[in-house]
Amino acid sequence: MNKPVLRAEGLELSFSGVKAADNVNLEVREGEFLAIIGSNGSGKTTFLNMCTGYLRPESGKVYLGDAAITGMAPRRIARRGIARAFQIPQLFTDQTLLTNVMLAIASRRGIFQGLRRLDRTAYIDEAHELLALFSLEDHAETIAGTLPEGLRKLADITLALALNPRLLLLDEPTSGVSALERFTLMEKLMAALKARQMTALFVEHDMEIVTRYADRVVVWDAGRIIAEGDPKQVLRDPQVIERVVGAV
Amino acid sequence: MSRLLVLFAAAAVLALLILPAAMPSSQFIMTIAIAKGFAALGVALLLRGGLISIGHAMYFAIGAYATAFMMKFGVLADLALLLIGSTLVTAVCGLVFGTFLVRFRAIFFAMLNLAVSMVLFALLSKLYGLTGGTDGMRVATPAVFGLELDKAAFDDILYYVCVGLLVAIGLLIRAYLKSPLGYALMSIHTNEIRLEYLGVSAWSVTLIAYTISAALAGLGGAMAALTIGHVLPEYAYWTESGHLVLTAVLGGIGGVAGPFIGSVFLEAVHVLAVDVAADAWNMILGAALLAVIFFLPHGLHGLLEKRAEPRKSQGVVE
Repeated sequence: MNKPVLRAEGLELSFSGVKAADNVNLEVREGEFLAIIGSNGSGKTTFLNMCTGYLRPESGKVYLGDAAITGMAPRRIARRGIARAFQIPQLFTDQTLLTNVMLAIASRRGIFQGLRRLDRTAYIDEAHELLALFSLEDHAETIAGTLPEGLRKLADITLALALNPRLLLLDEPTSGVSALERFTLMEKLMAALKARQMTALFVEHDMEIVTRYADRVVVWDAGRIIAEGDPKQVLRDPQVIERVVGAV
Repeated sequence: MSRLLVLFAAAAVLALLILPAAMPSSQFIMTIAIAKGFAALGVALLLRGGLISIGHAMYFAIGAYATAFMMKFGVLADLALLLIGSTLVTAVCGLVFGTFLVRFRAIFFAMLNLAVSMVLFALLSKLYGLTGGTDGMRVATPAVFGLELDKAAFDDILYYVCVGLLVAIGLLIRAYLKSPLGYALMSIHTNEIRLEYLGVSAWSVTLIAYTISAALAGLGGAMAALTIGHVLPEYAYWTESGHLVLTAVLGGIGGVAGPFIGSVFLEAVHVLAVDVAADAWNMILGAALLAVIFFLPHGLHGLLEKRAEPRKSQGVVE
């Protein structure tokens, strides 16, 4: 079994008495593509927020490799190798898509580069390569805020990939993408992850996507993990069908 | 930069160089306009990051008073050293105050800057024994590389030094805005959260911009102190800070030249309005401002950008 990239131990967090994380213990193993499923409000995004430093758990620890990252600021966690794509795409909306990606590349290499231009050849070339992963090259000069929702989603994932992270967290990567384009997106995403030998964790509501692409699935309900394992087996579990699959 | 903008910049610099010979009376006004243009450029930098400072005149005043104190005590009493020294003093003040102030955004940032600037204004006004109180401080004419000059000759040199600094520092600020750090500053305005998730400290990016902006205002203050030969607490007053924001918005924050264009425009309208109607110059100035705000939402610099745009779309410019 591969060693864990991310390890969560006994995470607890509640909002106004409602448990969003109830003794969550989870490992994300190197090279795997782990899916998280669960009904709305079950605590999936809260888990991502705790792993990326946006929320601090009331108790419990999060480890990246062997290093504890609990409660660290998002920027410090990002620098250590966790990148995130959001459910609602987070872009620099008044700048071109190319500039967005170049800024992500510059962030990876260190933003303090004196007076060297951002739009230098090396960054432009790398940004175009990244945009090509999701066939976004034709939109390179488009202002990011004017892109349709589906393309913004892809752009958001591209920014996360530009950081070349150890672990990529994707919050509903196919939401906002048309039904016809979902599998194309996933094929491209999987190819990009495999080419970079990247570990990824994704929150998803589409069970077909989970079955087809996830190596392992974790099922969330009321802040707790109620099942985990091979997607085909887990999704046949009567408890999962009753409490989650029927509800998503 | 588009060819049109390069041509405009070259023509503007050429005009500035020959202006004292063509219109000697304009030299003083233009030196003041450049000095205030530097301070407005500092404000414009912060506006690019979505931060409005209604207290930036305090750095203009710090630069001016630093020059006055250095002349008073005979420390670094030479033009170049005074400009460098005053700018550094203001940069350090900007760094110290900024450490606390850049944690805030929107109205809180604006009001805290205003509060700090009014504390400085009160100190400058009340510490009579040290600052001369509301009478201010006289600034003697310094040497220029060891040469003692009369005021008229010094003013001539100062003017050309100001024009030279406008070009040199303008290019440096332009390079900064084109660098990753400059883009990161603009990104704070649109999506600070994404910036943090890219591993960038928004606080550091903002603090650097704040310190640079304070240094620019300080340099402008030093220039003004040397030109006028006197410094007053009013330099730090809130209306002066408002004036700097107005200058930056009027000139446009889309390019480094914008605040300088705004500053020259305001000084020119001010002088002309006083000439035409001494009792109603405020009204004329206000009408001119309204016209620019209504018809040029990107400021006067936006007019140049607009003209350059069709060429850009054809791929003529870089």
